Amino acid sequence: MRTILYLIRKEFIQIFRNTFLARAIFGIPIVQMVILVPAVTFEIRNIELCVVDKDMSTESRQLISRIQGSEFFLLKHTTFNEKEADDMLHSDKCDMVLHIPENFGRNVTREGNDKIMVAVNAINATSAQLAWAYMRGILQDYNAELMVQNLQTGTPARMSFIETTNRFWYNPSLNYKYYMLPGILVILVTAIGLLLAGLNVVREKEMGTIEQLNVTPIRKYQFITAKLIPFLIIGLIDLAFGLLIGKILFNIPFNGSIALLFLFAALYLVAVLGLALFLSTLSSTQQQYLFVVFFILMIFILMSGIFTPAESMPLWAQQFNIINPAAYFMRVIRMVMLKGSGFSDVLPDIRGIILIGIGTISLAIWRYRKTV
Amino acid sequence: MITSDNISKKFGSITALDGVTLNIGKSELFGLIGPDGAGKTTFFRIVTTLLLPDTGTMTVMGHDTINDYLLLRRNIGYMPGRFSLYQDLSVEENLNFYATVFGTTVKQNYHLIKNIYSHIEPFRKRPAGKLSGGMKQKLALCCALIHAPDLIVLDEPTTGVDAVSRAEFWEMLKALQKEGITILVSTPYMDEAILCDRVALIQKGRILDIDKPATIIAGFGKKMYAVSGKDKYKLIQDLRCDPSVESVNPFGDSVHITFTGDRFDSTIAGKLEKAGHQDLRIKEIEPGIEDVFLELMTVSENDK
Repeated sequence: MRTILYLIRKEFIQIFRNTFLARAIFGIPIVQMVILVPAVTFEIRNIELCVVDKDMSTESRQLISRIQGSEFFLLKHTTFNEKEADDMLHSDKCDMVLHIPENFGRNVTREGNDKIMVAVNAINATSAQLAWAYMRGILQDYNAELMVQNLQTGTPARMSFIETTNRFWYNPSLNYKYYMLPGILVILVTAIGLLLAGLNVVREKEMGTIEQLNVTPIRKYQFITAKLIPFLIIGLIDLAFGLLIGKILFNIPFNGSIALLFLFAALYLVAVLGLALFLSTLSSTQQQYLFVVFFILMIFILMSGIFTPAESMPLWAQQFNIINPAAYFMRVIRMVMLKGSGFSDVLPDIRGIILIGIGTISLAIWRYRKTV
Repeated sequence: MITSDNISKKFGSITALDGVTLNIGKSELFGLIGPDGAGKTTFFRIVTTLLLPDTGTMTVMGHDTINDYLLLRRNIGYMPGRFSLYQDLSVEENLNFYATVFGTTVKQNYHLIKNIYSHIEPFRKRPAGKLSGGMKQKLALCCALIHAPDLIVLDEPTTGVDAVSRAEFWEMLKALQKEGITILVSTPYMDEAILCDRVALIQKGRILDIDKPATIIAGFGKKMYAVSGKDKYKLIQDLRCDPSVESVNPFGDSVHITFTGDRFDSTIAGKLEKAGHQDLRIKEIEPGIEDVFLELMTVSENDK
């Protein structure tokens, strides 16, 4: 026990004596939060709209004013010229074009139906879908209202319809930052776990210090524990630091139990650190290690569902996520922070991450040799 | 203390050790002498339980290096050929670290390292990486000694160290030997070889000879002559062509030669002068351990 404590102390002395590393440990969360969170947010407000209103009737104006009343759209330009509108879409001066045909108002009131056309810039598929969804919502509302009006004006047809109202649970304002910030925190914790701990061990190999350490009576479990705990603590401190910055800068909600999140984060870090220590036993230079970890980190993060929900990935990808620790943490951190999920809700994930942790630590202990 | 019985170790197709058999007694200062790549480090790693031999058995202090490695690691101090302490930890921190890892304290065994540590104590707050070569080696020796081992294994401890520090270092080893510690050391420097109680000459993983340095030199059994002249390169060429000369090895300013059948060829000076050599000087000398080593190397090469 005394040996482990002393080994841990040694790691901390080394980490904090390395002024660059010490600064980076606290600097990186700030940079990530300040730069990444706003940057990766898909801006779904202020969709720039260009309207081609060839009708100029009461009905078309009603529709346009409804759209303007929504917080998502910004009426950039109104024109009669279809080509001008298309050019604006091409040259990226607007995100969406709404075509209202001639006699729209007349057809709607007399014939009871007409068509309008919406063109969306779909270079970014996600934002295009969101923009279209909002537009459709407005059009449906307007449709419903027209039907009611027609009923009142005494049209003999019997009208019955289902009114849909929606509410976005757990993130009512659809604030994308609330969704991304937990994801960024997962990247942060994973990077610390995978990079710092692994490079530390590989560095001992490169410097030759491991040879001297190997002739000492230090046991495998002591060595592994002493390499694990310092980075576990640093990872958790960085997570707390990141959450604090999120609260101060973006007023991110925290609905669940902080203790539960940290418990899970600790288990997650053990799993990731185990993997880092295992990989470090396979590489003999820091270069090799970095190259391998770079790809693993990218696969873990992108497949974890940081941008696209893991549920909409192909089946094989979802099956891969069973062994992807980042997928568990990505799910749990959002559940706990945004949904306020409790212990029993995340229990399956806790079980999963413990199993992965047992796996990676066993691999690390198995591969770490106290011989050359 | 150390019994190595027919130890062999291969790395892929390279044979690092080829049937090494030797015995080292208690509190002996034993030297392993050989060129780079002779297998010295491999042998040391097997002694210190870091490597497993392919064949043969190695017992240290009566314990098998494979089965009793845990016990042995408590009792062996190892100083690898490359400086292997934490460069970013201070002198003091390194020493404390190794003491703690071995479950002891610096205070407890201070008497062992006192004489060595006093040289580096003024710099105890300095990071180990910023010490000079000689001081680094002294610190490494302190760290290898701090758990009061019965055996210390030093892999080329004086390589890259200045002459004064080298002499100091060997004095320290002699002092440690008096404390009853067995010392196994390797060196590429022949002048250090004669400071050992016994040496083993090793080449290409095979032991050429094991004995006291003086006995090894005495066993040379041939007269040796030093020849010097103005054009050393041409001198070597001409001597090698002369059938009466058996071995020719450049050695500092001069060339060391032996004659075929140990018969001094009195016409040699005349022959060389005829060939145009100036400032010729030929005199009989006492062979050194290096001469013996070179001789043994040539013989073992010819055997193959």
